[in-house]
Amino acid sequence: MRYLPKSDSERRQMLAACGAESAEELFAHLPEAVRLKRPLDLPAGISEYEIVDYFRARAAENANGYASFLGAGVYRHYRPVLVDTVVSRGEFLTSYTPYQAEISQGTLTAIFEFQTMMCQLTGMDVANASMYDGSTAVPEAAMMAARATGKGRILVAGTVHPEYRQVLRTYAKNQGMPVEEFGYVPEAGTIDLEDLDRKMDDLTAAVIVQSPNFFGIVDQVKAAAEIAHRRGALLIVVFTEAVSLGILEPPAEADIVAGELQSFAISPSYGGPYAGILAAREKLVRQMPGRLVGQTVDTHGERAFCLTLATREQHIRREKATSNICTNQALIALMATVFMTVYGKQGLRELAGQNLAKAHYLAGKLKPRFCGRFFNEFVARVENPEAVNKALLKKKIIGGLPLGRFYPELGDAMLFCATEMSGKAEMDAVAEALA
Amino acid sequence: MIDKVRPHLSQNEALLFERSSPGKRAYQLPALDVPPVDAAEALGADNVRAEIEGFPEVSEVEAIRHFTRLSTWNYAIDHGMYPLGSCTMKYNPRINELVARIDGLAWAHPYQPEVLAQGSMEVMARLEAALAEITGMDAVTLQPAAGAHGELTGILLIRALLEKRGDPRRKILIPDSAHGTNPATAAIAGYAVENVKSSETGVLDVSALEQIVTGDVAALMVTNPNTLGVFEENIIRAAEILHAKGAMLYMDGANMNALVGVARPGDFGVDVLHLNLHKTFSTPHGGGGPGAGPVAVKKDIEPFLPAPRLKRSGKKWAWDYKRKHSIGRVRAFYGNFGVLVRALAYILAHGGAGLRNATLDAVLNAVYIRKQLEPYFELPYPSPNMHEVVFSDERQAKAGVHTGDIAKRLIDYGFHPYTVSFPLIVHGALMIEPTETEGKRELDQFIAAMISIAKEVETDPQMVKNAPYGTRTSRVDEVSAARKPVLRWKP
Repeated sequence: MRYLPKSDSERRQMLAACGAESAEELFAHLPEAVRLKRPLDLPAGISEYEIVDYFRARAAENANGYASFLGAGVYRHYRPVLVDTVVSRGEFLTSYTPYQAEISQGTLTAIFEFQTMMCQLTGMDVANASMYDGSTAVPEAAMMAARATGKGRILVAGTVHPEYRQVLRTYAKNQGMPVEEFGYVPEAGTIDLEDLDRKMDDLTAAVIVQSPNFFGIVDQVKAAAEIAHRRGALLIVVFTEAVSLGILEPPAEADIVAGELQSFAISPSYGGPYAGILAAREKLVRQMPGRLVGQTVDTHGERAFCLTLATREQHIRREKATSNICTNQALIALMATVFMTVYGKQGLRELAGQNLAKAHYLAGKLKPRFCGRFFNEFVARVENPEAVNKALLKKKIIGGLPLGRFYPELGDAMLFCATEMSGKAEMDAVAEALA
Repeated sequence: MIDKVRPHLSQNEALLFERSSPGKRAYQLPALDVPPVDAAEALGADNVRAEIEGFPEVSEVEAIRHFTRLSTWNYAIDHGMYPLGSCTMKYNPRINELVARIDGLAWAHPYQPEVLAQGSMEVMARLEAALAEITGMDAVTLQPAAGAHGELTGILLIRALLEKRGDPRRKILIPDSAHGTNPATAAIAGYAVENVKSSETGVLDVSALEQIVTGDVAALMVTNPNTLGVFEENIIRAAEILHAKGAMLYMDGANMNALVGVARPGDFGVDVLHLNLHKTFSTPHGGGGPGAGPVAVKKDIEPFLPAPRLKRSGKKWAWDYKRKHSIGRVRAFYGNFGVLVRALAYILAHGGAGLRNATLDAVLNAVYIRKQLEPYFELPYPSPNMHEVVFSDERQAKAGVHTGDIAKRLIDYGFHPYTVSFPLIVHGALMIEPTETEGKRELDQFIAAMISIAKEVETDPQMVKNAPYGTRTSRVDEVSAARKPVLRWKP
């Protein structure tokens, strides 16, 4: 087998050195009852060529050559070539978690840069080295808020990504964290501040809002912060479309920002792997979950980096840790770091501007359902979403997301997303199908 | 003596922010084919940000040099052996990277119509089936994003089953040799943790277990082989004790690399287990992730698995969201699909017989290292080991040299250190796991390096304590980093 480097004669030499005649002998101590007495029922190994063939055939069973207007937490953005060039280097791809700082300065330096750029983008003081994804960053942020405030109740906006809210409920259930939702203004698609104010109480640890929200609308972060802070709760701001941070005011009023970086050159890849991020105010740093890289010096006084504040983490604190997270999404965070470097200060702004222009062009041809201001996604009123999507598929276009599956009251609405990759001709075709 | 490495030129590189200068760019966008939009008008002037202060501005050439220079400061599997016990750092086949990037798979949106996602769903179904066969379990969820996430999913499943029976119970038993994620997971799932002392031979003490498994116990979380690399010989008896009291047996599959094709957890009483695809199934660690932590369960736990589940509907795959007993979602969408693709590619490459041969070689490598190093390092638990071996620094500590020092000195010999100071039941542990993808030459060089260091400890302990010497960064001051945290660059 090509991944096993030993020749048979080497194996024999090694076995002899171990005082064994066969490899099976090395398993002699296993109780008879636990042994598998037949071969695994899996086909024989295949060549590289056949593996490529198998996966090409599977890829052919997926959508190929379709234009798509799906967003809803996963966005089609161009992936600069440099991203795969960098992460394909074995030194990044095949290295372990950088616990051994002296031989991991590459990964550590890149994470330090990542943490810095996350702070610059979000307006927060500290950012960790990544979470699994945006959806799991949300309950981690909620648990962080519960520890920081000594309270447990969580108020989450109904305009936070529906699957993120589901994940929050799974985690919160056994944490003594009751989760309640507050609504949105039916005309604007923004959070209903009166409803939030009404549901707010002194036992609430955190208010969670998303901006741009699930409907693509820039939401009222400042007003939510005021209401939360007045009652001693923290404000957690969620984002799913990181490109929006190139043009939108950062959520500086938040105490914690929990986001998803898929937009930063991460393939949609049928739902993962992506990278989540948690950023927060400095005073919350000791409540943060996950890995943090800090600056220090080596014995020669040269600048160096290492993993730090590990006393928050499971390998030191065990059941008293801030989280059970161990493995994170380091390589994906590196992809995002390269993406941010390639686009840089001007590019991210220009990219966000193009997204804004494309989405507003498309929206101008459809019937927007809400009057709130939006970035690159919006909800359109559509009589029969399923029929429209069927018609679009014939033109090799995947339309928007029918919202009825998540919001029964929006059965006549679809969520459309346009990015820099959406061509004018395709957008015109969508408008035509909806006309 | 050090035949693997020599000092090498290494270039300095400033941080991106220090390298930046205004006006530089590494990107070019296509011309906009629709009318531009005034941001202040569309978004409201209050919502438009000023420029991102401090954000990088570099050219394309500078960008690639930056990251390439950084990369040369890393050690990696592609350089050589990574004897990290419990981490299973094996070779990462490059074909897996290629297939995960095939357009139809890489660009699949999780919400694209199911009829246009059949290939992705088939990949997941096939992987689920393969993992069920390998583990001897009845059903598998691929949703969890990493090992610890799989643990949480698994414990929530146990809680759900026990709740349905009327009592979720209060505590989880965890051996003192366990990974830190186990107790941290139990706490997040709302359970109290009770530590279980290992026996004198480093395995579960079943007579002690009989005493502590009460009606309050939800489950025992056990790693098998355990973190000493020793197979839990009484595992079947342990399962019986638990089951007799209505408790469950959870297995941490971190060490499945010792068992694939040889023994199946489902056949020795395990109810729930998670796998680490980034360990046993060779998906790259990438400097700390991404991984994937599928959870395999017995039939009675299947109804509680996270929604949605794959189901066959006529000749097509469909997602089944209507699962009334499900614990809910543990993450958005369906899992780390790109990691799943790589793991399936690995399984297809090996095939059933190949996977078993990999296990045989993994154990052979670890036993070989043990035999060669036994004369030089203390072996606190002499039971037969499987895929890893744990020594202690007892002999070297007499000269004032500890496991962490030996580990740092190993870097000078061209190797990544072994796992230091874990498991906790071994004082001053040296935990070594070679994996099957090391050849005899690399192993012999590693063994020679360890023996050489053992001798250096006798002749010049201070020299060992100040190692490493050959790295571009000398020993890093971790204490100051934690005392005065600097977690971001500032001008």
